[in-house]
Amino acid sequence: MAPTNRLRTAVRRCRRAVSRRLPGESTSADDSGRAVADGGTVTATDEGSSLFSRDFLESLPFWLPPTLLMGFFVYGAIGWNAIISLTDWTSFGTPDYGSLDLSQYGQLWSDPAFWTAAQNTVVLLLAFTVACLLIGLGLAILIDQGIRFENAFRTIYLLPMSLSFVVTAKFWSWMYNSQYGVINATLRGVGLDFLTAEWLADPSIVLGAVIFALLWQFSGYAMVVYLAGLRAIPSEHFEAARVDGATTLRMYWRVVIPQLRSSTISAAVVLMVFALKAFDFLFVMFGKYPGPGADILAVMMYRQAFSSLQWAYASAVAMTLFVMALIIVGPYLYWEYRRGEL
Amino acid sequence: MSTRTDPRDWLRTARETSNRRIALYALLTGLIGFFLLPIETGLVTALKTNDAFVATLPYVPPGPEGFTLRPARTALAELLPKMLNSVVLVIPATILSALGGSLAAYGMTNLDWKNQLAVVVLFVAGIFIPYQAVLVPLSRFWAIVGIGQYSPYAELVELIVTHTAYGLPITTILFRSYYQNFSDEMLEAARLDGASAFSIYRNIILPLSLPMFAVTMIYQFTQIWNDLLFALVLINQPAAQVVTQGLANLGGGIQTQFNAQMAGALIAAFPTLLVYIAFGEKFAKGVASET
Repeated sequence: MAPTNRLRTAVRRCRRAVSRRLPGESTSADDSGRAVADGGTVTATDEGSSLFSRDFLESLPFWLPPTLLMGFFVYGAIGWNAIISLTDWTSFGTPDYGSLDLSQYGQLWSDPAFWTAAQNTVVLLLAFTVACLLIGLGLAILIDQGIRFENAFRTIYLLPMSLSFVVTAKFWSWMYNSQYGVINATLRGVGLDFLTAEWLADPSIVLGAVIFALLWQFSGYAMVVYLAGLRAIPSEHFEAARVDGATTLRMYWRVVIPQLRSSTISAAVVLMVFALKAFDFLFVMFGKYPGPGADILAVMMYRQAFSSLQWAYASAVAMTLFVMALIIVGPYLYWEYRRGEL
Repeated sequence: MSTRTDPRDWLRTARETSNRRIALYALLTGLIGFFLLPIETGLVTALKTNDAFVATLPYVPPGPEGFTLRPARTALAELLPKMLNSVVLVIPATILSALGGSLAAYGMTNLDWKNQLAVVVLFVAGIFIPYQAVLVPLSRFWAIVGIGQYSPYAELVELIVTHTAYGLPITTILFRSYYQNFSDEMLEAARLDGASAFSIYRNIILPLSLPMFAVTMIYQFTQIWNDLLFALVLINQPAAQVVTQGLANLGGGIQTQFNAQMAGALIAAFPTLLVYIAFGEKFAKGVASET
C-alpha cells in the first residue's frame, strides 16, 4: 500500500502546483469571459481560490445534492437523536422538545443492564479486533509464500465476508446447536464429551462463541488488507534481512511487521466498526433478548426503542454508542489527515 | 565432518524445504475446511428430512432415505416474494448510491476548491457511523413524511432513499480514491478547450469510471441485500418485507426446523454468493479500499 500512497500524494502535490498556476494563466487568457460570467468579482481575488471561484460554482451541482442528502440523514439525524435523548419521550406520543435535561443519562448511569451491555460491547470490540488481526496476518503470511492456486485460497478465505449477518447467524446457530450441531457432535465423536457445552445458552461462554463465529466471517478481510500491505513492501527489504542472516521469524518480527503499521490501523478501525454494528448477527441468533452474557449496546438500543418504546432512553444508549465510535474513528481520521491521505 | 559443499547437506535442505511446503499446503487446505464447514453443514442439512437431521451427523450428506427437497421448497415459497421485494429495493438503491458517489467525488476531487477537505472529512466519518445513532430519528422522520401508510411499497421507497443516503459516504470515498489518480493535464486541456464541468464529467470521467462503478455497485449490492437493521425499522407491512426479514423469521416456531432454516439461508445468500464467485476480485478490491 505504501508506494501507491506515496505516488498518490506526489500526484496530488503536482496537481496542487498545477492548479495554483493554471487559474492565474486562465485569468489572463479569458479574463473578459469570466468578467461577464461572474460580474467581475473574480478579478479581485488571488489565484481564483476565493469562496466563489469558478471551480467552486461549477462544482456545486455535483457534490451539493449528495452532500445534502447524506448530511441530513447522517449528521442531521445524529443531532436530532442527541436532542431526543434529552427529552422524556416514550410510547406513542410525540417528543416534547420544551423541557430538555440529562435525566435519561442519569437513568443510564444507574442501570445495571446498561453496564453489562457496555462491558460486553467493549470485550467484543477488543477481543474480536485483536484476534481477527492476528489470524488475518497469519493467513496473509501463509498466502504470501508464493503458493500455487493463491487466488482460489484467497477467494475461499474471504467468502464468508460476502454473506449476510443473517445468513451466518443461521449457520452458526446450527453449528453451536447443543444436541445436533457440528461442534458438539464432533467433540462427542472423538471422545471429548466433557468439552461439549451449551454454547449459546451458557452466559459465561456465549460471548466467546459469538466472537469465534465473527472471526470466521471477518478474518478473510484482515487477510486481504495485510496481503496488500505485504505486497507493498519492497522485496529488497526481505533480501537485505536474509543477507544479514536473519531467521524467518526474526525477519517478520523486525522487518515486516513494523511496515504493516498502516494496514493494521486501517483494518483495526474497520473491524471495530464492524463489531459495533454486529447487531444483525446477535439479533438473528438471540432475538431482542440475548441475555446478560451476550447483550450489547446495539441490541439494547433496539430493544429499548422498538420493543419497549422508550425512545428517549434508547436515544441515550445510541449516543453512548456514537461516542464510542467517535473515540475510535476520530484519532484515525486525524492520523489520516496528518499523513495527507484524505 | 561434512563441509558446506557436502551434497547430503543440500539434499537435506531440499527435503526440509519440501516438507515445509507439504506442511504449508496441508495447513492451507485445512483452513479451507474451516472456512467452508459451516456452509457445508448448512447445505447437507438443508437436504435432510426432519428424522434424518436428528439421526445423522450434521456434516454427513443424507442417505437415499433421508434425502428430501421439501425444506428447500418450504423456504423458497416463503422467501420468493421477499426476494422480489429485495430486488426492487436493491437495484435502484445500488445505482443511485453509486451515481451519487461518483458525482460527489468528481465535484470534490477533479474540481478544486477551497476547504473541500472539510466536506470530504464528513463523508469519511459517515462511513463509520453506528446506525443505532440514527434509528429513532429515522423512524420518526419517515413517520412524519407518512408515505408508508398509502401502500406497502411506499415503505420500500423509504428504504431505497435511506440506503442511498447511508451508502453515499462509502461510494464517494471509493470514487474519490479512484479519481485522484486521473491526470489533471487531460482535464485541464479539455477545460481550456472550453468544455463545461458537466461535459467533462459526461464525456471523460464517466466513461473512465466504469471499472470503479463495477467495484462500487458490487459492494453496495452486497451491503443492501444483506442488511437487516434498516428493514426492521422501516418495513412494518408484511407485504413489503425483504429477504433478510423473511430469513430471520423462517422455521422458528415451536420446534426449530433447522433443515428449512439452512435451505433458506442458502437461498437468501445465493445472489450475493453468485456475485462474489463471478466478481471475487472486484469484491476484494472494494473491501480492501474501504479504509
